[in-house]
Amino acid sequence: MKKFDDNKPIFIQVREVIEDQIVNGMLREEEQAPSTNQMVSFYKINHATVTKGVNQLVDEGILYKRRGIGMFVAKGAKKKLVEKRKKAFSDEFVVPLIQEAEKLGISENEIIELIMNREGK
Amino acid sequence: MMPYIIEANDLSLKYKKFEALKNISFTLKEEKIYGILGRNGAGKTSLLTLLSAFRKPTSGKLTIDGENNFENTKIMSNISFHYEKNYSEETSTVKKMLRDVENYRENYDGEYALSLAEMFELPIDKPVNKLSKGKQSALEVTMGLAGRCPVTIFDESYLSMDAPTRVKFYNEVLEEQSRKPRTFILSTHLVSEMDYLFDEVLILHEGKLLIHDEYETLISKGMTVTGAAEKVDEFVIGMKVLKEQRLGNAKAVAIYEKNSKAIETKAKSLGLEVGPISLQELFIYITEKE
Repeated sequence: MKKFDDNKPIFIQVREVIEDQIVNGMLREEEQAPSTNQMVSFYKINHATVTKGVNQLVDEGILYKRRGIGMFVAKGAKKKLVEKRKKAFSDEFVVPLIQEAEKLGISENEIIELIMNREGK
Repeated sequence: MMPYIIEANDLSLKYKKFEALKNISFTLKEEKIYGILGRNGAGKTSLLTLLSAFRKPTSGKLTIDGENNFENTKIMSNISFHYEKNYSEETSTVKKMLRDVENYRENYDGEYALSLAEMFELPIDKPVNKLSKGKQSALEVTMGLAGRCPVTIFDESYLSMDAPTRVKFYNEVLEEQSRKPRTFILSTHLVSEMDYLFDEVLILHEGKLLIHDEYETLISKGMTVTGAAEKVDEFVIGMKVLKEQRLGNAKAVAIYEKNSKAIETKAKSLGLEVGPISLQELFIYITEKE
């Protein structure tokens, strides 16, 4: 079972868990997302925290609420998330990679070489 | 069930010269799970005994559902108070104890009580004084959960339970709250294992109420800022600093501020690292002696 870490606010990790499940196909569009109660007892995290994370996904149109039933994955949610993550890819992965490489004196060509010749490719 | 509004106005309690509670005011409006946190001797039990009308405040006013609760049978029949009682003289069996509750708790669900007893693995035909301390606690919380009082108070009634039993209890509180919402008040210093239960948190320290806030608000106000010492020092000028730790030239500071979102953005733009704080850490920083 995935345990949340201490370096990021938990509500952000909650939304990331749901986002991940949508992106990798575990949760399909028009399918019901786990309920707040289920997430509270599964992860042992606060109700309000789950609600905060879930509400952000509702605000962004990733989830929508069916009254009295629960939260569902919206149509087009996966596409939206993939696009958002592609945009964030440079900031979150490429920039830190280059920063670390600069610290260590690794050139851009060397980075490319590392990518091309990585193990398990 | 209508929520029982609990209103404390400038409550103080003195035992001879010792001031156990000092000018405490708060309102518990909704059917929520309230966590009362405090170190040993902070005044948690004193406050809860006032709520349960075991004692009268020395000064100040306490009303429940608009009425003074002291020697008020109508109010008191709807409040149940559970702590680690001394059952060394209790020779009735578990089964009989659970049946007897039916006589004085009108919402009591006997069937639910039996299912809880099974879950907590209580030996139903054994005299209560022959149970281990942990099982006696489990029996106590069983009566509290199944009693379904509009106001149900647990004063560290879980300390003797082992960890698996405590987790079962926490789970049951959450399930009960979604089945039959009511006002739960739980006092504890086991903050890290119970923080996920609380909708609102009250922190008592040396008889004073230091904090009363919604869990999520409380958590979002706290954060750590880490970076080069002089940069961090400059950044936190004018902020409420709870804790400072230094490691060589680096410094980590825990702060507690309302507009945390703006502070976070600013800190990041200055190249400082920002991280969240747990309720347990907040509790320790706020109540520890320098």
